[in-house]
Amino acid sequence: MKRQTDIAVIGGGPAGLSAAVEASSFGLKIEVFDDNFTPGGQLIKQTHKFFGSKKHLCGYRGMDISKILLQNCASAGVTINTEACVTGIYGNILAVLYPERFEEVESKAFVVATGASENCINFVNNDLPGIYGAGAIQTLMNVFGVVPAKKVLMIGSGNIGLIVSYQLLQAGVKVAAVIEALPNVGGYLVHSAKLRRMGVPIYTRRTITKAEGDGNTGVNSAVTSQIDPNFNVIEGTEIQFDVDCICLAVGLTPLSDVLELAGCRMKYIPELGGKVALHDEYMKTTRDNVFLCGDVSGIEEAVTASLEGKLAGLSAALYLSHEYREKIEKSRLQILEELRIFRDGPFGEKARKGNEKLVREYKYER
Amino acid sequence: MRIEEHPVLTFKRYKKIVFYFEGSPVEAFEGETIAAALIAGGTATFRVTDKHQRPRGLFCSVGKCASCLMVVDGKPNVMTCVTPVREGMRVEKQKGKGDLT
Amino acid sequence: MSDNTSNSGLPDEKDISRAMPSAESLAQSPKAVIECFQEIPCNPCVEACPRGAIKITEGINQKPSIDHSLCNGCSLCVYQCPGLAIFVVGIDRDNPSKGFISIPYEFLPVPEKGEIVDILDREGVKIEEGTILKVNDSKATDRTRVVTVQVSSGLLSRARFIEMKRRTK
Ligand SMILES: Cc1cc2nc3c(=O)[nH]c(=O)nc-3n(C[C@H](O)[C@H](O)[C@H](O)COP(=O)(O)OP(=O)(O)OC[C@H]3O[C@@H](n4cnc5c(N)ncnc54)[C@H](O)[C@@H]3O)c2cc1C
Ligand code: SF4
Ligand code: SF4
Ligand code: FES
Repeated sequence: MKRQTDIAVIGGGPAGLSAAVEASSFGLKIEVFDDNFTPGGQLIKQTHKFFGSKKHLCGYRGMDISKILLQNCASAGVTINTEACVTGIYGNILAVLYPERFEEVESKAFVVATGASENCINFVNNDLPGIYGAGAIQTLMNVFGVVPAKKVLMIGSGNIGLIVSYQLLQAGVKVAAVIEALPNVGGYLVHSAKLRRMGVPIYTRRTITKAEGDGNTGVNSAVTSQIDPNFNVIEGTEIQFDVDCICLAVGLTPLSDVLELAGCRMKYIPELGGKVALHDEYMKTTRDNVFLCGDVSGIEEAVTASLEGKLAGLSAALYLSHEYREKIEKSRLQILEELRIFRDGPFGEKARKGNEKLVREYKYER
Repeated sequence: MRIEEHPVLTFKRYKKIVFYFEGSPVEAFEGETIAAALIAGGTATFRVTDKHQRPRGLFCSVGKCASCLMVVDGKPNVMTCVTPVREGMRVEKQKGKGDLT
Repeated sequence: MSDNTSNSGLPDEKDISRAMPSAESLAQSPKAVIECFQEIPCNPCVEACPRGAIKITEGINQKPSIDHSLCNGCSLCVYQCPGLAIFVVGIDRDNPSKGFISIPYEFLPVPEKGEIVDILDREGVKIEEGTILKVNDSKATDRTRVVTVQVSSGLLSRARFIEMKRRTK
């Protein structure tokens, strides 16, 4: 007989772990499946103190927040499977691939919290060794304590580009510059100010056009140029940086494959970073027993991922048992209000708009 | 290079082990991935592509892009960014699609 | 159209001058300078201040405001701000041409009292040298050490970072 569980949570980042803890208070059996060695998702690589409010564990460093979430899971009796890559949801069956074996797990409900994958951009020789995604550099540097380079050019000035640049400096690596295609820095001013006072320049309206290097030692230089408002390269504006590494921090795309395979209706929403499963405000997809939360429902950040996780966990619990309906409905409204307050600023606007579109579309489809 | 001192982090380094890259011994620590150990030792190129003989190194480090495929103990197409390094392992650059030797 | 390198990622001059405490209030005690000029979802500074000097009245996206008459320059908020956007500035009463700034510092080596360091402005340019007066490396700072360095009073609104002459290997 197949292993059985009440709720299978796919992805063990802040969203998945929060969903698991929240759902566990209703006497349900919860299992988390994460494809990493260590659960925690993006959090395990974050050495900086997080934003938000005390209630949302801000002020702690990301890696310490993941420890707290894991402790909460442990005391809630949640089982966490690591190195467990979910390849699909087929009806009520979850297909899980481990390094040496394959397993099918039967579950009554699913919470998909697979996070996001990093984008790449086009330029000459963008496949040379020494060009890394920002996440790869973070993993090497902050999980394994290995630095891949002496001097890095950072592409992208969103929060990830700014934060990873700062983390490189902390690890003793030089950052030649941050390059941004848009006219303004994308991330928070407080993050860019930290870099600027350490002497790192930020070039806006500029892009990378070419990497140079050889097959043995990899990258040894990067060529950049200014671009016009239509993103065309302006001749004669080249600046070449002698660097042994180029780091790409050019955005994230929701990792929606599992949801799409599960037959959830999808929609391309640029504000949310790509193709996202339609869902109602309580994180239910067009399949009654499949819920989603975190970056896979639109690129945001850890606090909103956790709050959405709680919503998804509660909604999954409600789907399985009506015994606690009143309590669950009350909690869900509270969390919705917290999300609203959190997204109320200019940086929350994209998420606000994107989510409105999704929910509207969801209602229309129903 | 390995980070010895960090203002925020402390790294737990487990048992020191030795593996072989293209026949030469490389030091590593248990718990590291093959890719992390190679990069710590200064190796940038992990494989050469089939069609255009393009060198490739680590890219995503989360098992999603296939840039880091190598031949490990004779077995091709091993994703070295998610495979732990082990004592005595033989790791080779992969040339092309990787035939079983 | 040119590269926007000079001011990209830097706070606006007007915002900076508004954030600085007045000369009168600085004569009373050191004061916090909050360089957080965007609406971002964040508010730990409010809870960090035991004297209720920092306020975010609505939600958590509003910009923080500080009542300098309530601030005594204790610097508890400096290491609790995840944006490392709060500094404390003060004037030396015995020698008003000299002052000091406390900055959040997350790098190695950790400076030592008495050590001479380069003082940098918001763009990382050296503006003078100064002596380290104090380093708070207590457990409470959770590795965001608070380093206090002597600065000419005239540079209090410009000095924002230090560079060690001693380097890690
Ligand atoms: C450099 C950087 C800095 C950041 N700084 C901040 C900050 O200061 N404040 C803040 O609030 N947020 C910050 N964030 C954002 C925050 O980390 C993410 O928004 C948050 O982690 C999203 O949570 P999640 O649970 O949705 O996804 P993730 O944390 O990405 O977790 C998803 C997990 O699912 C796993 N997974 C994926 N697919 C499968 C599968 N098929 N089978 C099994 N497991 C799978 C992944 O391996 C991963 O462990 C930062 C992010 C980065 C990259
Ligand atoms: S320095 Fe002390 S008194 Fe002044 S705002 Fe900060 S915490 Fe409050
Ligand atoms: S804690 Fe710092 S970054 Fe957050 S609102 Fe207060 S001053 Fe701004
Ligand atoms: S580096 Fe992308 S799969 Fe290994």
